[in-house]
Amino acid sequence: MKRCNSTKICLGIEATADDFGVGLLDFEGKVLANVNSTFIPETGGIHPREAARHHAKNAGRIISKAFQTAKIEPQDITVVAFSQGPGLGPCLRTGATAARALASYLNVPLVGVNHCVAHIEIGKLVTGFTDPITLYVSGGNTIVTAFDAGRYRIFGETLDIALGNCLDVFAREAGLRQQEGMPLGAVVENLAKKGEVLVDLPYSVKGMDLSFSGFLTAGVRLLRSKKYRLEDLCFSIQEVAFSMLTEVTERALAHTEKIELLLTGGVGANKRLQTMLKIMADEHDVRYCVVPKQYALDNGAMIAWTGILAYKYGLIIPIENSYVRLKWRLEEVDAPWVKG
Amino acid sequence: MLIKKGAEASIFLEDWQGQKVIMKHRLPKKYRLPQIDERIRSYRTIRESQLLHCAKEAGVATPMIYSVDLVDSNIIMEFIEGIQVKQVLNGYSTEERQHLSNCIGKLIGSLHLHDIIHGDLTTSNMILNESGNIVFVDFGLGEISVELESKGVDLHLMKRAFQSIHFRYAEECFKAVLEGYTKMVGVEMAKKVIGRISEIERRGRYVSERKGRVQR
Repeated sequence: MKRCNSTKICLGIEATADDFGVGLLDFEGKVLANVNSTFIPETGGIHPREAARHHAKNAGRIISKAFQTAKIEPQDITVVAFSQGPGLGPCLRTGATAARALASYLNVPLVGVNHCVAHIEIGKLVTGFTDPITLYVSGGNTIVTAFDAGRYRIFGETLDIALGNCLDVFAREAGLRQQEGMPLGAVVENLAKKGEVLVDLPYSVKGMDLSFSGFLTAGVRLLRSKKYRLEDLCFSIQEVAFSMLTEVTERALAHTEKIELLLTGGVGANKRLQTMLKIMADEHDVRYCVVPKQYALDNGAMIAWTGILAYKYGLIIPIENSYVRLKWRLEEVDAPWVKG
Repeated sequence: MLIKKGAEASIFLEDWQGQKVIMKHRLPKKYRLPQIDERIRSYRTIRESQLLHCAKEAGVATPMIYSVDLVDSNIIMEFIEGIQVKQVLNGYSTEERQHLSNCIGKLIGSLHLHDIIHGDLTTSNMILNESGNIVFVDFGLGEISVELESKGVDLHLMKRAFQSIHFRYAEECFKAVLEGYTKMVGVEMAKKVIGRISEIERRGRYVSERKGRVQR
């Protein structure tokens, strides 16, 4: 079925890490499709090349599935957006290759989207927030950010590893396994529910920044000492790490005096973290929303939506300049579509 | 009278034995487990009062402490008449801004020479008093440390504060801070600490320094 020409649609491809996602959104922000395939390693963490191989193998299938779900034809696409960074090189390049091929074949413009900006923008779209403090916690990022003077500014972030990364490594050290629909963070969360004893762990808040590498080392050391129940360790890790996160978020709120708080990213799915932030937000009379899982984890819809916002401001890139940007910081992105 | 509800503590302006004083009260945080909360609050109250004192010995002006209450996590201290550096910096001329930043750098240098780490160097924690001197407040996240790492992180936080609040002048301000700092601690130590700052930055996520190009 061919759509009437007035409906403009953006196809977004997300491929920064272990997820390959395709989103189809119309320019009004209606999600027509949001399809995803996750690479699950047999052992260890995400090997970039293995993940990229998974993406290459599944790209065609996921893109077709998105078109079927949205009940549209490739010719209905107005613009193609892709996650240009930050992320793992091989994964980014695989996503970018698919996006370039589509854009070139359909003869439509290409937009490069910053993955972190996309997380914030889709969060704003689905919650209706306009100017939130965003806490974005995932396997690759731990950032407290808010918009100011043309860009998203980072108020606090991890000085070393991301919290999701920290939880994953700890879980693997403990011999826990990731399953379909059950990320390691969720396994840790379930164990933590059975924890009772609080074990001492370093609480390292540095100004508005955080550090998790020493925290991880301490956790692993306690684990190897075999003196504590795994449930108690998971419980303590969550309690201490989430207290740190809530504290820096609270500091950023007090500092910026914003009245909306948005939680997103994979770790944002954790109920205990959600509760802590809720208590804090209520104390400050701040509106608080958790981005629904399908838009909080890495997904194609967020890339498509941010692609639309950028496209409306003419921020398209020629294919020959569409290099991926592995270390593209959130603060480097101009966001003219946001009203300051 | 509550004058500032910060993230970590509430600041009250009170009358105490006929004097205008600041009461800094670290409120219990309901989101944290009581065990974690009590540990953090009493630890920070003790540490802050110690550091406020040590800073004076290092030649950096800080409020006088009148009373410390560990049960309620309360510190009663001198009220400093003045204005936050945060509020004046952006309105200053280039020379004024550089002069002020330079002074800030010297003061941070004095603290670091005595191994005092402020822990939260932002322009909101520096008050320009009526005689034009800078008074450092809020040592709640500070520590005593001989480590190069702590000093590096301390200055890195200062840089980040400029970048988030005074982003238009961040580069020139931080440069002036480092000049003042170098004057105070000497070229040798300054070199080491500044070297550590870039190491800390390279450790961060998606930092352009890693690519060997200058960050905007």
